[in-house]
Amino acid sequence: MAKPNMCPTKTAMPEQDPNVRNKNFEEVAIGYTEEMAINEATRCLNCKNKPCVSGCPVNVPIPDFIAQVKEGNFEEAYSVITTASSLPAVCGRVCPQETQCESKCVRGIKTESVGIGRLERFVADYHMKNAAEKAEKPESNGHRVAVIGSGPAGLTCAGTLAKQGYEVTVFEAFHTAGGVLMYGIPEFRLPKAIVQKEISGLKDLGVDIKTNMVMGRVMSIDELFEDGFEAVFVGTGAGLPNFMGMEGEGLIGVYSANEFLTRINLMKAYKEEYDTPIIRPKNVAVVGGGNVAMDAARSALRLGADNVYIVYRRSEEEMPARNEEIHHAKEEGVNFKLLNNPVKVIGDENGKVVGLECVEMELGEPDASGRRRPVAKEGSNFVLDVDAVIIAIGNAPNPLIRSTTKGIEANARGCLVVNEETMQTTKEGVYAGGDAVTGAATVIKAMGAGRQAAKSIDEYIQGKA
Amino acid sequence: MYKILEKVALNPSMTKMVIEAPHIAKKAKPGQFIIFRVDEFGERVPLTIADYDAEKGSVTIIYQKVGASTLLLDTLNEGEYILDFVGPLGVPSELEGYKKVAVIGGGAGCAIAYPQAKALHNMGTAVDIIAGFRNTDLIILEDEMKAASDNLYLMTDDGSNGNKGFVTNALEDNIKNGVEYDLVIAIGPVPMMRAVSNLTKPYGIKTIVSMNPIMIDGTGMCGGCRITVGGKTKFACVDGPDFDGHEVDYEELMKRNVTYRNLEQSAREKNCRLVNNAEVK
Repeated sequence: MAKPNMCPTKTAMPEQDPNVRNKNFEEVAIGYTEEMAINEATRCLNCKNKPCVSGCPVNVPIPDFIAQVKEGNFEEAYSVITTASSLPAVCGRVCPQETQCESKCVRGIKTESVGIGRLERFVADYHMKNAAEKAEKPESNGHRVAVIGSGPAGLTCAGTLAKQGYEVTVFEAFHTAGGVLMYGIPEFRLPKAIVQKEISGLKDLGVDIKTNMVMGRVMSIDELFEDGFEAVFVGTGAGLPNFMGMEGEGLIGVYSANEFLTRINLMKAYKEEYDTPIIRPKNVAVVGGGNVAMDAARSALRLGADNVYIVYRRSEEEMPARNEEIHHAKEEGVNFKLLNNPVKVIGDENGKVVGLECVEMELGEPDASGRRRPVAKEGSNFVLDVDAVIIAIGNAPNPLIRSTTKGIEANARGCLVVNEETMQTTKEGVYAGGDAVTGAATVIKAMGAGRQAAKSIDEYIQGKA
Repeated sequence: MYKILEKVALNPSMTKMVIEAPHIAKKAKPGQFIIFRVDEFGERVPLTIADYDAEKGSVTIIYQKVGASTLLLDTLNEGEYILDFVGPLGVPSELEGYKKVAVIGGGAGCAIAYPQAKALHNMGTAVDIIAGFRNTDLIILEDEMKAASDNLYLMTDDGSNGNKGFVTNALEDNIKNGVEYDLVIAIGPVPMMRAVSNLTKPYGIKTIVSMNPIMIDGTGMCGGCRITVGGKTKFACVDGPDFDGHEVDYEELMKRNVTYRNLEQSAREKNCRLVNNAEVK
């Protein structure tokens, strides 16, 4: 076997220049060439106990696919990945690899880990570009499963079951399938054409996707069973956005991150030919420190804002956003107002936002989450001159299913209660996963839950047969 | 794709459309709404359901041609298709358990007030409908409202139908003359709903208003439709659209509703170009 490439750092990812990309919605990372991919693949030591695999929520056989990349067998590498993942082009882009597979990589102990995410993305993109034939629809096993929600959890559950011959119908409330991959994550991180290609791959497997179907309203879960579905997976995602509860959140120019991002991503407000209205603010404060806050801030820049502030009440160390996103946001010119907490949105006589009053914070004793609790410094209030405020402090789960289905229990926060092993809810034959169960989390965790639920649904239906 | 089964101009600015949507027709209840999107480039627009027929599988909407999207919708004719039509959304109106109800509609709001009156009337509840229009040429649904009520009071701002005054004048007269309403439902422009709520408050008459704020998904995701009710943030799409009229913060709602007024103006101009282009092809 050839000697591994012992370069301490990952093969660099080509990217658009920060000062160019902060004015367009094209993808930031351009992707590896074949040479770069092979070069990076040779950094993998192919270690025996494969710690990376255990770090992956869907257990992609990582060293096996990388071994194929090493040999230039990119299509084979793709086949290896898809034994475990239904959406590799998505995962390669938006998984937090640094806390999952790559965090376990032996190379990462002393130097940088292998760029697993970058390789996965390369393989998936190579397949999309070069694969001639469509995936074949497996022979039907005669069992019907309904999936509610076409985000990462639902699509993964649907894809996994379809590969086993189940006849899967996915019900989506929006006019386009994809869930958060379409309305939430911006084009510059995850091109929508890629999401749609992944979805059309699932359709080739026989998955039937019905859009404009708000389940719970247009049809109940019990009606799905009456209709002949034998099991139901609920992947309805995160719902109602949280607000601060501060004065002025009803002013014109205050957006939830969900609304701001949906207008841009799903409704394409940034494109001239679309009718979707959006305020194009000059100075923007984004409240929050997660990936969604970074997405909103970077989108605001691309809409033409001169100054974009991230207002976060703790320090950078406590920020939940991925380092890569924070780094990209900084490169693009987002201004970080750390240890600042908003207290009031200020409006003019027409009800339009003209400022955000903040107070400086300092870190005190650790709280229940283990993070040091921010405490306001009295008398340190100041006003940021902004014409828009975007609130990105998380979501509560969508209430529609739990409020319309008898026998499905939710916890105090509104998250559906499931058996963590099987993903079964408190109602027989109904399974759930993703943000609807966990509250706002990651795409890959939702996919992991979707896959786990698919396994349980298979066992449940086969057990009945 | 959702077929347009029928299209009728009710007056110069308002149109009725019957849409083929069997799933929605089967489940729709008074007070609920749909969201439509005319084509790929269009907005998602919420509209309250004006009528529904589960047997025919059809849902009726009535819209006022005021924005880019309703103008675009109005370019379609019977037999043509709307790209997206989703519903029924929102919590159905709670109409059980009342003896005598005043259903009040203002202008286009009558299209929404009518199904509520009809449902109450069919349940055997005594119903007075008070409907207000700017002038007599704009009156819609007169026969339908007459059939769904015990008394119909038609008011015009300019008196051109021989009955000058606002809906609040008629309501106040009735209350003062001793009519005992145990519920008032007011649907129409925000200032009208506020005026009705202000009128009924001192009498302690329960008053329900139907909110139609800015909205995208209509399923409890975007948060755009938030309004303040009794000092708390509520979402019209999943908590409403009906709310206690005595608790709604109307000032905030009116300001938020004009968020995109200037942008809509330019969208309307753009829409004219869209329409023109389509005709050229």
